[in-house]
Amino acid sequence: MTHTALLSIEDLWKSYPGSPAPVEILRGVSFNVTGGETVALTGESGSGKSTLLHLAGGLDQPDKGRILFDGTDVASLDDRRRAALRRDKVGVVFQQFNLIPSLDIRDNIAFQARLAGRHDTVWCAALSERLDLSAHLRKFPEELSGGQQQRVAVGRALAPRPALVLADEPTGNLDVATGDAVLALMLDLVAETGAALLMVTHSERLAARMSRRLHLSAGQLA
Amino acid sequence: MWRAALHALTSHWRRKPLQLLTLITGLALATALWSGVQAINAEARASYDAAAASLGETRFSQLVPQTGDTLPMQVFTDLRRAGWLVSPLIDGRLTLAGDSYRLIGFDPLTAPTGLAPEATDISADIAEFLLPPGQILAHPDTAVRITGTTDAKVLAAPGIAPGMLFTDIAVAQGLLNRPNQISRLIVLPVQPQGLPDPRSIVPGLEQRDPQSGSDIARLTDSFHLNLTAFGLLSFAVGLFIVHGAIGLAFEQRRPVLRTMRALGVPLSSLIALICLELLGLTLISGIIGMALGYGIAAALLPDVAATLRGLYGAEVDGTLSLRPMWWVAGMAIVIAGTAIAATSMVIKLAQMPLLAPAQPRAWARLSERRLLTLGVGAAALVVFAIATAMFGKGLLAGFALLGALLIAAALLLPVLLFALLSLAQRLAKGPVSAWFWADTRQQLPGLSLALMALLLALAANVGVGTMVASFRLTFTGWLDQRLASELYVTAETDAQSPDLQAFLATRADAVLPIWHVTARVAGKPAEIYGVADHPTYRDNWPMLATLPDAWSRVADGTGILVNEQLSLRENLTPGDMLNLPGDWQAEIVGIYSDYGNPVGQVLVGLPQLVRHFPDVPKRRFGIRIAPDKAAELARVLRDDFGLPPRNIVDQASLKTFSLQIFERTFSVTGALNVLTLSIAGFAILTSLLTLAALRQPQLAPVWALGMTRRQLAGLELIRALILAALTIAAAIPVGLLLAWVLLSVINVQAFGWRIPMHLFPLDWLRLAGLSLLAALFAALWPARRLARTPPAQLLKVFANER
Repeated sequence: MTHTALLSIEDLWKSYPGSPAPVEILRGVSFNVTGGETVALTGESGSGKSTLLHLAGGLDQPDKGRILFDGTDVASLDDRRRAALRRDKVGVVFQQFNLIPSLDIRDNIAFQARLAGRHDTVWCAALSERLDLSAHLRKFPEELSGGQQQRVAVGRALAPRPALVLADEPTGNLDVATGDAVLALMLDLVAETGAALLMVTHSERLAARMSRRLHLSAGQLA
Repeated sequence: MWRAALHALTSHWRRKPLQLLTLITGLALATALWSGVQAINAEARASYDAAAASLGETRFSQLVPQTGDTLPMQVFTDLRRAGWLVSPLIDGRLTLAGDSYRLIGFDPLTAPTGLAPEATDISADIAEFLLPPGQILAHPDTAVRITGTTDAKVLAAPGIAPGMLFTDIAVAQGLLNRPNQISRLIVLPVQPQGLPDPRSIVPGLEQRDPQSGSDIARLTDSFHLNLTAFGLLSFAVGLFIVHGAIGLAFEQRRPVLRTMRALGVPLSSLIALICLELLGLTLISGIIGMALGYGIAAALLPDVAATLRGLYGAEVDGTLSLRPMWWVAGMAIVIAGTAIAATSMVIKLAQMPLLAPAQPRAWARLSERRLLTLGVGAAALVVFAIATAMFGKGLLAGFALLGALLIAAALLLPVLLFALLSLAQRLAKGPVSAWFWADTRQQLPGLSLALMALLLALAANVGVGTMVASFRLTFTGWLDQRLASELYVTAETDAQSPDLQAFLATRADAVLPIWHVTARVAGKPAEIYGVADHPTYRDNWPMLATLPDAWSRVADGTGILVNEQLSLRENLTPGDMLNLPGDWQAEIVGIYSDYGNPVGQVLVGLPQLVRHFPDVPKRRFGIRIAPDKAAELARVLRDDFGLPPRNIVDQASLKTFSLQIFERTFSVTGALNVLTLSIAGFAILTSLLTLAALRQPQLAPVWALGMTRRQLAGLELIRALILAALTIAAAIPVGLLLAWVLLSVINVQAFGWRIPMHLFPLDWLRLAGLSLLAALFAALWPARRLARTPPAQLLKVFANER
């Protein structure tokens, strides 16, 4: 493990309550992600991909192991500091988009940047242009198609210029063509901003477009 | 961060203005009724305080007649000569231009500092105050009304309570036609040393210590408590709406709240922001509600003022003032109420896991566990209610019983409805019917708060309606018995009484003296009436309990009768002995009902009254005559005997007057009843409207499977009617229980009388019809919207993009 890694996962264990015994989701997972790297996380359903992504983003707490983000142990932070880490350094793209339905597209894209206090109107406008959303900025999420909504989610994740983008099957709800287009855009923008990308996907084809691929099987890296 | 997060949170309301309207309206209506009632109470209490403060007599010791309500002026002279520093006061009612005012005459030369109204400065021109025609000081509003109706010069003084007039004692004696008479003597705080006991100088005097509160405030406490209880009920109904609206907003924003946390808003900041948002909404609603409450109070106050005057003789200004304390207290209770309504939401937010499925779910799942909790809560309250009924004492215990029963009924309603709907689902034949009952049961959680509010409002309506109607029936019958004489006449002076009796002797069937004194019985003010031995009393007097030959024993002076209030207050029953003023003791031989009278009353034989109280005013008489001859006798009394028309009252006018007071007394509760019911109707409307938005995922599949939007809308209407009908059916027994508590517990504690309960099924039917109509109207709008939902919108339910 080197300290130059942006994200360092060390011997991570996670289980959930189950009957008769707890279900072990992750069993001693370790890997690094360096700045600007794009990493695909693949594996069958229930292998622990999303859990690993959530732990990496500080959305959940591991049972055992360390998650170092820029050298800081995420698991040791309290809720307020973990929230600050997500706000300032991590962009998240969810499979279900999770846009804020009562905000228009422009405000949705700018939302996390505003939370982080790094709202740049020129950058947001450029993002909207690149994501082909300029014509829809005054619309609300329910007025857009799934592909458009996912592009808004990508814009929101990149607007604060995060160091790491976490994407949880971002094309899972889209048709192949739309999914490919969204992913291509995301990869371009990630490359432009210098952010690292850790993306959960079921698709071998999409995984092949990333610089590295990690495969999870029964809670362990294969 | 804070600004962006708050912007995202509040953007919900911009996209859901109807929900915002529901929340603000619910809170504003709840506040309006509560603060309206409080404004009325505050105004009335301020009037009592002003009346007490206008004349600072309660701060001084007083010498009052042991019996009766007047003293000769000579008493003042005798005590002054003996060295006592006392000041005379006369107190009476004066009618000017048809309105009755309380006239106080005092002596500015001997009155202690602080006795005269603070706002009056008569030292500038004392001669004009003392010398005829004199000056009258009154509240500016009262001054405007009485100017020109009397020879005395009327001066406005803002510090005087409305309806009160102040003048010099000699001027007052003239206006009241009570020359050389006074009501009492004020004892100055500092007296020379070694004075003899005043009672040794003037026998028949009683010394009363300074008081901290007025009799009026004590007497009217129960009336105000009734109003407060009603205001609280309305507030509770309003809070059901608020709780529902806040809960729905939370459920709809649950995914957004999770997203916000995932994007970096700490939980503590999110909770703080939600509280800030609620506080803002509360302040806006509170201000609107307070303004509405002011309007309600201003509309109801004249009736309340009339009631207080009619029932208790308490003068309350008919116009409303804006009091800072009322605003502060009103806003405080709104904030507290919202906090209570929002607590469960904030707890849910604090416990909400960050990674649970971020899907909007049903408003609140009515799980079996939750039903069990409701049932256990209701059972605990019923046990508490039974214990309170068995062991509780006083008015507060009565209201605690009432509150426990009402809340228990409200908690039981969802349990009952769930059971009934489950049964209906089991018995259903055919797929649509089975789906309908299952879907209705699924809707129950979202509607249960509104239905609980409806149950409370309906139960209050049935309960209060039954109480008022029972009271009206009893009161009317009682008036018929009690007001048996065809005419009631009052002589101008005691000296005129024998002439009047002689004049009537040949013209009337019977002339029955109605003479009374006021005195203290068992330590509290009471009236002692003397009655003649006449069949009018034996045949008509509304007795509740008697010993054999009660009337004969009253006639021969060995027995007395007491009213229900006195018997309940002092726990007296026939056969008990009662001490009367002047070392007189007699056996109670009967108890009679005496509705509308706040003080205790004793009936003694007329000879005994005159013997023990020789100074009793002997001016008032009831006259028995054939009803068709009453009008002619009244004319003869007016024209031939020269009795002023105001001194002759016929039975019908007296009954009309009494019933008017009765109706005005309950017009306030009637108005509050209607308002509470309206709020409950509004709760149903808003619940149905807000639920309609969540219903599409449930309705779209049924539509896709072959039912038309029109059929679905029709079923929505039927559903609303069925739920309302079931709630109405549950509300009637709860309302009757409420009526029983009001009649048998609250009334006895508050007013001192018990009223038999009568049932009025036609009233229930009318109320049920009105409520069903309200539910139908409330369901019409959402149903219409459903019938017109574009198919494309329903199809979205099946699209992944949604």
